[in-house]
Amino acid sequence: MGLAMNNILTIFRKELHSFFTSPMAYVFLVVFALVNGYFFNIQFFLINESDMRVLFGIVPLVYLFFIPAVSMGLISREKSLGTIEIISTMPILERDIVVGKYLAGFSLILLGLVTTSIHYITLCAVGTNIDHGAVFTGYLGLALLGGVYTAVSLFASSLTDNQVVAFIIGIAIVLTFFMMDKLLFFVPSSMNGVIQYLSTDFHLSNMSRGVLDTRNLIYFGSVIGFFLTITTRILESRKWN
Amino acid sequence: MIRVDNLSKNYGSVEAVRSISFSLKDGEIVGFLGANGAGKSTTLKMITGYLSPTSGNVFVDEMDIITDCLEIQKMVGYLPELNPLYFEMKVHEYLKFHASIREIKGQEFSEALKRVVSECGLQGVVHRTVGNCSKGYKQRIGLAAAMIHDPKILILDEPVTGLDPNQIVEIRSLIKKLGKEKLVLMSSHILQEIQATVDRIIIIDNGKIVADGTSEELISSSQGMTQLDLEIMNAEENDIEDMKATIPQVNIKGISKEDNVFKVNLEYSSGSDPRAEIFNHAVSKSWILTEMSVTEKNLEDIFRNLTGQSNGVGHE
Repeated sequence: MGLAMNNILTIFRKELHSFFTSPMAYVFLVVFALVNGYFFNIQFFLINESDMRVLFGIVPLVYLFFIPAVSMGLISREKSLGTIEIISTMPILERDIVVGKYLAGFSLILLGLVTTSIHYITLCAVGTNIDHGAVFTGYLGLALLGGVYTAVSLFASSLTDNQVVAFIIGIAIVLTFFMMDKLLFFVPSSMNGVIQYLSTDFHLSNMSRGVLDTRNLIYFGSVIGFFLTITTRILESRKWN
Repeated sequence: MIRVDNLSKNYGSVEAVRSISFSLKDGEIVGFLGANGAGKSTTLKMITGYLSPTSGNVFVDEMDIITDCLEIQKMVGYLPELNPLYFEMKVHEYLKFHASIREIKGQEFSEALKRVVSECGLQGVVHRTVGNCSKGYKQRIGLAAAMIHDPKILILDEPVTGLDPNQIVEIRSLIKKLGKEKLVLMSSHILQEIQATVDRIIIIDNGKIVADGTSEELISSSQGMTQLDLEIMNAEENDIEDMKATIPQVNIKGISKEDNVFKVNLEYSSGSDPRAEIFNHAVSKSWILTEMSVTEKNLEDIFRNLTGQSNGVGHE
């Protein structure tokens, strides 16, 4: 059975509406822009190089806290309010609910990413010999990383009816993905390749250098798919409680 | 039409619903009555596809809740217990959200909105935020959302909990009106509510159905005691107490005296009406009977008998 676009769009619009009728979306966008801007600018003029690698190093760190915060309520809030019973008894598949909510969370992250484009404009104004291709792949990498972290945070949100717990679980998993390749000396050397391949940073660093490899794209796509699938299964499992 | 077939649900080792069966016809208003924790909500959640049965099945128009869940959900409007709502939405946005999932759009939505707004009396609040509405309005918003697609079947879990008496009367008459063309299944733990609204009552206790029928059927089928109140003038208290010797089936519960009128409350087992004998006895003793009235046994007593409870259910 194909995805029901009408239902996905309805859920997507509902979540975006809820982001923008509360201060959440505005606070996120403003603080995200300020934090990235501050850390980018203090280094950019020091290093004195015409590229955006500084930004591509900062955003993943900022993501670690912001994305679990944005997505923590997507499902857990429905559980605590009891509205999960409303959407679960409507003629809509759990998979479509998950995809709709995911796209809403992901869109807000992409919007946050758009706020950092101001630095690209600065770069174009003051820099010379800019590698626009590397900027593009770097942004693509950040977008995909945001997609992975949103999927992870949505999964965390489906595990509990408490938003704080969802936030902490989200950070824990996201941090694991982020740290994996930095802790290689703790694991047997035979495992190094696997652990490195599983870490997000390994794939991201390729892309922020301007290398576009299908292996990286497949990695991001499959991690997103994996987390959305288990989130769907968790929503479905309420029937068998 | 809804057919529930040997439906059971266990939560871990707790058996919430134990192999219940019943069937409901279109155009029937059915009340699902039971104490808190009797299994009412669990049963309704299985009929709406929120929970899956541990065993047994639910059929709606011969469709199976496990394999045809979405098709059934399209036909059903459901108001869950405690009426959860999205508080940040405006009332019309909330109704539009429901309509949109049910693919009611454009002109069709405007008409549906007009219909539910007038049926549920939401004229004053359509542009208000759901969270700012009063409890009575919230309940009606929940009901309007359940009705936006004009479903054949309405399932209402405790629809009048927390409403004031005027609102209860309004919701009651709305449900009665809806019940003329729809199948309405509502649950309640308040007897008066069920008795006043529904055609048929299903009483559930401890996960099992203990009674099923109209309120008259339930009253007449129950084997209990009937109360009789007498007012007697020109009598002596001792004589009245001695009445049991002549009319053995009565059981005198209380005698009180006001001026020279005795008020006597007695009971007898249903089916052994002693009123003729009491009259003859009064004549033979030269008493003047100024009142003799039977207090109908009510559903509440039946409910208590059936569910083995002496209190805990009833008024709220």
